[in-house]
Amino acid sequence: MNDVMIYAVISLSAIGVAAAVILYFVAQRFKVIEDPRIDAVEEQVPGANCGGCGYAGCRAFAEAVVNAGNMDGFNCPVGGNETMKAVARILGLEAEEKEPLVAVLRCNGSYAHAPKKANYEGATTCAFAHGLFSGESGCPNGCLGLGDCVESCAFDAMYMDPETGLPIVISDNCVACGACVKACPRNIFELRPKGKKERRIYVSCVNEEKGVHARKNCSVACIGCGACVKVCPFDAITMQNNLAYIDPEKCKLCRKCAPVCPTNAILEINFPPRKERPEKTKDDAPKDPAPTPLPPQQPNMSQVH
Amino acid sequence: MSLKTFVMGGVHPPEQKISAAEAIRILPLPKTITVPVSQHLGATAALEVKRGDLVKTGQLLAKATGFISANIHSPATGKVAKIDVVMNQSGYKRTSIIIETTDDEWMDDIDTSPDLLREITLSKKEIIDRIHNMGVVGLGGATFPVYVKMMVPEGKKAELLLINGVECEPYLTADHRLMLERSDELMVGITILMRALGVEKAIIGIENNKPDAIEKLSALSQKYPGISVQALKVKYPQGGEKQLIKAVTGREVPSGKLPIEVGCVVDNVGTAVAVYEAVQKNKPLIERIVTITGKAAKRPGNYLVRVGTPISALIEAAGGMPENLGKVVGGGPMMGKALMDVEAPVVKGSSGVLLMPDEEAHRVVVRNCIRCSRCTTVCPMGLEPYLLAQLVKHEKWDKAEDNRIMDCIECGSCHYTCPSGRPLLDYIRLGKTKVGTIIRTRGKK
Repeated sequence: MNDVMIYAVISLSAIGVAAAVILYFVAQRFKVIEDPRIDAVEEQVPGANCGGCGYAGCRAFAEAVVNAGNMDGFNCPVGGNETMKAVARILGLEAEEKEPLVAVLRCNGSYAHAPKKANYEGATTCAFAHGLFSGESGCPNGCLGLGDCVESCAFDAMYMDPETGLPIVISDNCVACGACVKACPRNIFELRPKGKKERRIYVSCVNEEKGVHARKNCSVACIGCGACVKVCPFDAITMQNNLAYIDPEKCKLCRKCAPVCPTNAILEINFPPRKERPEKTKDDAPKDPAPTPLPPQQPNMSQVH
Repeated sequence: MSLKTFVMGGVHPPEQKISAAEAIRILPLPKTITVPVSQHLGATAALEVKRGDLVKTGQLLAKATGFISANIHSPATGKVAKIDVVMNQSGYKRTSIIIETTDDEWMDDIDTSPDLLREITLSKKEIIDRIHNMGVVGLGGATFPVYVKMMVPEGKKAELLLINGVECEPYLTADHRLMLERSDELMVGITILMRALGVEKAIIGIENNKPDAIEKLSALSQKYPGISVQALKVKYPQGGEKQLIKAVTGREVPSGKLPIEVGCVVDNVGTAVAVYEAVQKNKPLIERIVTITGKAAKRPGNYLVRVGTPISALIEAAGGMPENLGKVVGGGPMMGKALMDVEAPVVKGSSGVLLMPDEEAHRVVVRNCIRCSRCTTVCPMGLEPYLLAQLVKHEKWDKAEDNRIMDCIECGSCHYTCPSGRPLLDYIRLGKTKVGTIIRTRGKK
């Protein structure tokens, strides 16, 4: 009985030693020589494998940046400037300072602003609904509210607001990986600079129809009137296909455009409340008579469209 | 006569042909007509008129661009009020020509007399040209330009023309009425199609829930050489091209191929009548028969409607909007789509309008898949709908393609039969568009 055990232990140990010796030589012979900096870079990046940098994952990003030998065009949106500085240190390079971005929903067609005209009961995916029909509100460009973006978000930075039917981006969690931008079949999301004190101004509409048609479906649609273009002192607003767009690089957040918008399609986020200026409000007063219909939906400080 | 049917899958939804006994009535011309420039499969037609132009009935409004496209003609006499984007049946806005109708004065070269012209004087090429010029598209629903089907690709040979009089969608009776009331024109139309294709034989497939049509056409077919009628067992989706070929001839169209692969060409009965009018009477495709029906409809019926008529006018003719209306479906209950707007125009492909009462209009609550495999059993193409839906949900486009997602004919049998009410077809349709795009971009590389 003991003999059997001893033989077994001895023979297995012998096989183990022999295999170890073989493996050692094989490992020496077929050694893959890899730049040790790749591992070092990979340790620095967050390891979320979100694809926000444009590469298949964090490892692929590390390989690409080490092989390229420069930092041009490489940016890890999740890690941000600090990560990129750490990566640059490993490679002996300088990292460019990038402004942090955040995903912005350019649609304000909530249930209140864009009332339902139809009732959709099909598969709960925006991609299918987009191909099927123009949406419950009838707006062919607006948010379908079925949450493909929420599904795509790997950072818990989004949820659907049941009251408005629109997704809400939690600014603190959003790393601007761009997954929602790709997931949205209507290209409503845009990555915009976070801004100082998280202050942002943007046109919250992507409807390219003529004003009459846009207005029919949604009370806060951009109608392409061009009032904001005229008032902007920095030429930051352009008008294309009946739709205004504020260039975040040129915009100085002067807040002149928002009050002239007749449909409140321009949203100002995280600004202190506007001071009443009597001479200004006179011009605007006739448009919005005493019982104010709906205030421009201003999300609160931490949760932002 | 023995009854035939296709072998694989199929379902038996309640037939509900409540408008079958209603003779075709002519719907009066509406005040404004909205003609979308894209009513067919393929490229959008290019505008030939501008705002303010006076047009006559049958005048060319938009010209076909490219190989797969169709001409669009004016359905009425009047003035082009504007060319604008107008909501179509799915709520998207598409370029349309809006005509304020004043009269119904036909173009001079169109024969509007009711006489039957049996003599076919044109040659094969002339027939195909005429079909192309008159903008005839398949009226079964897919609106594929008919002249393309008539041009048999080199190396292939058409042996048999199949005429689709199946009308397997529940509720719809437009083809049924057409077979009964315009049987002579249908027969001449089939003869024309046979000459254009160079085939000796044509078979009309009709389900045996239309015994009057079978009887009438069988008797009439004695006078027309080469044409015969085949009665078929009732089973949905027998009106699908591939299912009809299988049912009548026993041949199976290979995956991803067209019916011409097995020597068949399939056309709808409505198409055959449109071909007759185009070739013999020089009349473009500007009107079609539409069934207005449904449990909520007050007076179900079949109407001869000009293209561009708002669907609301049809509903008005059927007794107006019912109080308990749940939804208005364009097409039949199985394959039709709910309309976004009843002001959307009737197009060449509209076969029916279904008014559903509210209690029937909603989908059931979606539950988990219980692996009962009913969807696999009923799929007429032998696919696995539950699997395809899962693959699409997880965006496994390559695997979905391997599992022949592009073979799906979107008949909806899987969704109809699913005891858990899973939206299988929704996901498969989404997958088809995605996989289709992938295949097309691959072809370009």
